[in-house]
Amino acid sequence: MKPKQFCELLKGYGFNLFVGVPCSILKPILKLLENDPEIRYVVATREDEAIGIAVGAQLGGMKPVVFMQNSGFGLSINALCSLALPYRFPLLFLITWRGYQGLDAPEHVIMGKILTELLNDVEVKYWILEKENTRKTVSVAVRKMYEENLPVALLLKRGIIE
Amino acid sequence: MKMYEAIKVMLDSLDHEPIVAANGFISRELYRAKDSPRHFYMLGSMGLASSIGLGLAISTPERRILVLDGDGNTLMNLGSLATIGCLSPDNLVHIVLDNESHESTGGQPTASRVTRLDEIAKAADFKRVRKVDDPVSLRNAIEESFNSNGPSFILVKIEKYIIETPRVPLSPTDIKDRFVKNK
Repeated sequence: MKPKQFCELLKGYGFNLFVGVPCSILKPILKLLENDPEIRYVVATREDEAIGIAVGAQLGGMKPVVFMQNSGFGLSINALCSLALPYRFPLLFLITWRGYQGLDAPEHVIMGKILTELLNDVEVKYWILEKENTRKTVSVAVRKMYEENLPVALLLKRGIIE
Repeated sequence: MKMYEAIKVMLDSLDHEPIVAANGFISRELYRAKDSPRHFYMLGSMGLASSIGLGLAISTPERRILVLDGDGNTLMNLGSLATIGCLSPDNLVHIVLDNESHESTGGQPTASRVTRLDEIAKAADFKRVRKVDDPVSLRNAIEESFNSNGPSFILVKIEKYIIETPRVPLSPTDIKDRFVKNK
């Protein structure tokens, strides 16, 4: 799927705030969002800060997507465990998967290996985006997010949305 | 000025504005002083009160939003001041009750006895920054922030004085649900 189609797909669900910390995998997507007058785009200094902003925005009626690299998921654990999960905020996380199958720079290898285990540990349901069935995957994830009133995650490897 | 005195001055200056209160004794003291469905008691996620306040401010530009923060919380998420300065919401008032200690965990000293949080807020481009240590100045600072646009930062120097305040007896989902209904 092209970045433009992917952005339109998310906006189609009513997501109108994209807040997070950039990753090179997201570069073409963020370039579009940054210049999109229909949504609010906010770059946070850290990923847990982005979760705080998303929570506040949702309290005020916006529909946020929280984007980050998986390295930043490590920084997000407390914001998830003591805020987003116990208060039950339905947040869509878009997490890029550096270190997928160990094929990446050394600083990404460990987090790349444990990412899905971490998500399982904190009981955040996740879906891995592939080139096929992107629409279907996003639809299932968003439905689950609202059904359970909890955060869910879409995992994005390099080369899927480009 | 003691923490509960500062909270009372703040509450007397308000007109039903939503408040995001930091975890620990700040939420507990606010709850004890006055409960309201428009109080978002942040039970955990230390550091994130100002971020939640920022999100609320950008999503409800027609409402004035107060963040009731502490020095430990502010120091833990200094990046938030940078983000607030960049987005520059007109309607956000960030009040920091600064007793130069982690009072909720036993009074261990924080860096705010040296680090000038008000100067950091100025450098982050908050539009109005005040440092106060008495009730009259605090009341004036809040009124001033209400009568002008741009994010305000009010550093309130308070005494180290805490009596054991009970926990906020609300569940996280109750805090959220009643806030959303009444905001």
